[in-house]
Amino acid sequence: MLEVKNICFSRDGKDILKNISLKFPKNKVIVITGANGSGKSTLAKIIMGIEKPDSGKILFNGIDITDMPIDKRANLGIGFAFQQPVKFKGITVGDILNITANKKLKKCELCDYLSDVGLCAKDYIDRELDSNLSGGELKRIEIAMLALKNSEFTLFDEPEAGIDLWSFNSLIDIFENMKKNTNNTIVIISHQERILDIADEIIILENGNIKDMGKKTYILPKLLDSSKRKRYCKEVVHNG
Amino acid sequence: MDNTTPNTVDKKILKVISNIDVNKLKGAYNIRKNGKLFIRNTTPNINIVSKKDKDGIDIIIKENTKNESVHIPVILENKNINDLVYNDFHIGKNSDVTIIAGCGIHNDSHKTSEHDGIHTFYVEEGAKVKYIENHYGEGNGDGKNILNPTTVIYLEKGASLEMESLQIQGVTSTIRTTKAYLKEDSNLTIKEKIMTTDNQEAVTDFYVELNGENSSTHVVSRSIAKDTSKQQFSSNIQGNTKCFAHVECDAIIMDKAKVVAIPRIDANNIDANLIHEAAIGKIAGEQLIKLMSLGLSEKQAEQEIINGFLK
Repeated sequence: MLEVKNICFSRDGKDILKNISLKFPKNKVIVITGANGSGKSTLAKIIMGIEKPDSGKILFNGIDITDMPIDKRANLGIGFAFQQPVKFKGITVGDILNITANKKLKKCELCDYLSDVGLCAKDYIDRELDSNLSGGELKRIEIAMLALKNSEFTLFDEPEAGIDLWSFNSLIDIFENMKKNTNNTIVIISHQERILDIADEIIILENGNIKDMGKKTYILPKLLDSSKRKRYCKEVVHNG
Repeated sequence: MDNTTPNTVDKKILKVISNIDVNKLKGAYNIRKNGKLFIRNTTPNINIVSKKDKDGIDIIIKENTKNESVHIPVILENKNINDLVYNDFHIGKNSDVTIIAGCGIHNDSHKTSEHDGIHTFYVEEGAKVKYIENHYGEGNGDGKNILNPTTVIYLEKGASLEMESLQIQGVTSTIRTTKAYLKEDSNLTIKEKIMTTDNQEAVTDFYVELNGENSSTHVVSRSIAKDTSKQQFSSNIQGNTKCFAHVECDAIIMDKAKVVAIPRIDANNIDANLIHEAAIGKIAGEQLIKLMSLGLSEKQAEQEIINGFLK
């Protein structure tokens, strides 16, 4: 599905990604985790085409997309949810969802996508995507856009950042629904245990290197502290 | 064809500046063409009278007139003309009306077409006005299209006026002057949208006096300057009593254009609460990236951002 080969990226004399090679299989939820500055967001931006690697290749369904611009990658089936949603003066919530869908959506369709992220369409479709919306609202709209775009491969860069507990619970539901109802691959950059818990596979980055990777059942216990690890192992035994 | 039958160019210009279909005109209207009255209609509540001492009209709206509109568009067509006109609006107490003005120039010549409309609003107590003004130029000639609108607004107690001003195409040079004098509990809202291209120049000058207690104003200017065009936005708000003002000037600058913003807020009373925000910058890279990540080309993304900004 998507493969990065020998990706290197450095800025201001600092090596941010050091020869990273990864394969993202089809129809999986993959969580990339790691400390701040480990290179997670840079890797996601390189996959979307927002940053250009110094060396290495990116293949999507066998096509070399390394030099392809962002829009071409988007039209091939790659989506990206920004960690900090972008604000626009004058562009409304309804407009951005229409742009995402590349057609004028009916009110009931807008309502479906917004209600999935806990927003009522009639209160939001005419509101501008600017500072009048809270960080949490912007984040929910960002997630709704990506759910609507329904890309074959979607990157979510720290979707939990800046959202409240209520939104966080619905966020988990959204990812679980995406997982259940589509054959798409979802890659989530996250530090959150509950998001790690919905992963099929987990990749740990550290200082621009892959520290560890594998199935959740293999990686997650290692990540948790000893008491949590004990609880997690018990759950695995109980749940078979 | 008689001289009061609109031709194809008239129809197109009227559609652009006033969104009116000349075949379905209703209500009160006064269409001026090439410096003269073209067609006019009045209603029982709205009278339009030509001035005797100078060129222009008085629009007299009776008290308590509700949900009526007046169209007063101006057309200039292939004329070497300097059309100066004085239009005075007398808005009766407690009325609620919409006034749609605007000027469209069609200029296929090398001559200069200029329209200077001086509009004065006398808005009586409790009256509510929505004033829409569109300016537009077209044509294949190299003649200049010049529009210099002046708007003077007097708001009596509890009156309100909302002005929407739009100029997005074909005006070579414009100086837009707005002056307003507000009494107690009155409110003035101005939304201005301008786009300049090529070597066009646009100057906007707002002067608002907040003289009555609890008067308020909200001025929003959004503009886009492309190519080698130049824009200047000045605002001068005088808070003379307990009042509120918010002025917001946002400009997107592209190519080799230049934009100047000159804000001035004078608080002449301890209870005057005045805010001015001005931001000028190019289209944010992250906005382009976001829209491109949704599948739009860079050009399409730029156009969506501009369309949204000027909506």
